[in-house]
Amino acid sequence: MSTFDTIPQTRQEALVEVLLRLADDRLILGHRLSEWAGHGPELEEDLALANIALDMIGHASALYEYAAKLDNKPDEDYFAYFRDDIDFKNIALAELPRGDFAFTIARQFLFSLFSYFLYKDLIEIVEDEQFNGMLQKHFKEIKYHLRHSREWVLRLGDGTDESKSRIQNAFDNIWMYTGEMFEIDEPFKAAIEHNLYTKVAKWQSEWRTFVNSTLTEATLTVPDYEQYMFTGARSGRHTEYLGHLLAQMQFLRRSYPDAEWK
Amino acid sequence: MDTQKQLDDFQKRIDNGEKIEPKDWMPERYRKQLIRMMSQHAHSEIVGMLPEGNWITRVPSLKRKMVLLAKVQDEAGHGLYLYSGTETLGVTRKELIEDYIYGNAKYSSIFNYPTLTYADICVIGWLVDGAAIVNQTMLAKSSYGPYARANLRICKEESFHKKQGYEMLAKMANGTPEQRKMAQDAVNRWWWPTLMMFGPHDSDSPNSAELIKWGVKTKTNDELRRHFVDRTVMEAEAIGITLPDPELSYNEETGHWDFGAIPWDEFWSVVKGDGPMNLERIKARKIAYEEGEWVRKAAKEYARKRKLEKAS
Repeated sequence: MSTFDTIPQTRQEALVEVLLRLADDRLILGHRLSEWAGHGPELEEDLALANIALDMIGHASALYEYAAKLDNKPDEDYFAYFRDDIDFKNIALAELPRGDFAFTIARQFLFSLFSYFLYKDLIEIVEDEQFNGMLQKHFKEIKYHLRHSREWVLRLGDGTDESKSRIQNAFDNIWMYTGEMFEIDEPFKAAIEHNLYTKVAKWQSEWRTFVNSTLTEATLTVPDYEQYMFTGARSGRHTEYLGHLLAQMQFLRRSYPDAEWK
Repeated sequence: MDTQKQLDDFQKRIDNGEKIEPKDWMPERYRKQLIRMMSQHAHSEIVGMLPEGNWITRVPSLKRKMVLLAKVQDEAGHGLYLYSGTETLGVTRKELIEDYIYGNAKYSSIFNYPTLTYADICVIGWLVDGAAIVNQTMLAKSSYGPYARANLRICKEESFHKKQGYEMLAKMANGTPEQRKMAQDAVNRWWWPTLMMFGPHDSDSPNSAELIKWGVKTKTNDELRRHFVDRTVMEAEAIGITLPDPELSYNEETGHWDFGAIPWDEFWSVVKGDGPMNLERIKARKIAYEEGEWVRKAAKEYARKRKLEKAS
């Protein structure tokens, strides 16, 4: 347990926790994707990556806005700009540096697939109308993100020798950060009690089946699921990368917090 | 060689206000001029992503971060359909891109200036996109069909960018002392380079007469610049921004604003490569292009394999 963990007691507390976890994943990964703007391997990808970054930051913003309302915070920006790294609840996979195009694609594929199965389940069980409405709206875009990254996994895997070795390396290197997608800690247990999160067992196996079939089709080797897995980021135990990301993202807003920036 | 009869017929079509389409006959020189203009325009959209991209990770609110991301995404889109439009003239995107990365092809010099504070992003929206709109509104009437249509589409999105930039700059110009300082400083730095975007004075613009004769352009550089200054003076005043030109004054006789001498030495020096960010911009594009080569190769190879599979 980390220094600041409190287990949500009420339904509302559990809801805020889930909203923030989903939002943090999306803000941080969206930030990494946004670093590609103007630097993509071809124009179509500059467009696609900026578009996906925009979707993800948009999703985060909507989730934060709802959390702010429930948690009596000023607005969505409060969560993005005025928390420190140990308060962020995103999984570490999201904060790793952008890497090469293969790394970006491997990460996006694994994450979009995680989002796909999670959202699909949540839409079935979440009773809160506003939250469910967001999930449904974002789900449509997640399907596009998944299709985009899956197509690239196939192209890179079954492209040239170089692309194959790059995307294989990317999957091998990122693998130890996939475990956090499926962790159920105390706050998530509380959320499950209130039908705000789902038991992962079912969709974890769906996720693996999909990963296995895509990587096999891409002529790639599926890394070992039983290897060491990074853990702790959901409760603030991040990699060293997050602090630098936040330093950049937050500096101006924090330098002049009383100014109007919207 | 183009015959006199062909040239006369072509000129007649232009004078009748007809649009020239890709498969129509056109003078070689017309084709060349269009390739030059359209590809420069496309390169500018792409290089223009860099100074703005410089701020995406630091925008001080989520709302404005999304606005900037959407804008940069639009620019990639503009580049994409401008390259496609240029390809209708018989060149490939690859040739065009390599021409500015390794060759001498130009892009708008405005993007060779650095974005130092967040206010620069607002000022680029207001002034740089504002100037681009003045230019592109004219080009939307261009005699070459694909270019005219591309500009029409681009203008709609640029108007939106301009509005967003101006709106945020207004907030900064009326905000805290630090915000006001950033806003004014950004305008001070971007004002003259923006005026230079319209190109040299008509008397120093060798291409202008020909482009106007062929209906590629319908107004001269100086006319467009004057139009831009006229509308921008009011906009600056409305938000309490001072334009950095003590000679700016309303001329009762002409009904236009007179402005001071444009620093043309700086213009030519930046055009020729000696600007604050020229090397950095080309370097960034070169790295992206070269580091992306394995990706483009992989996509090509994958497509080739699928085609073979289908055939067998």
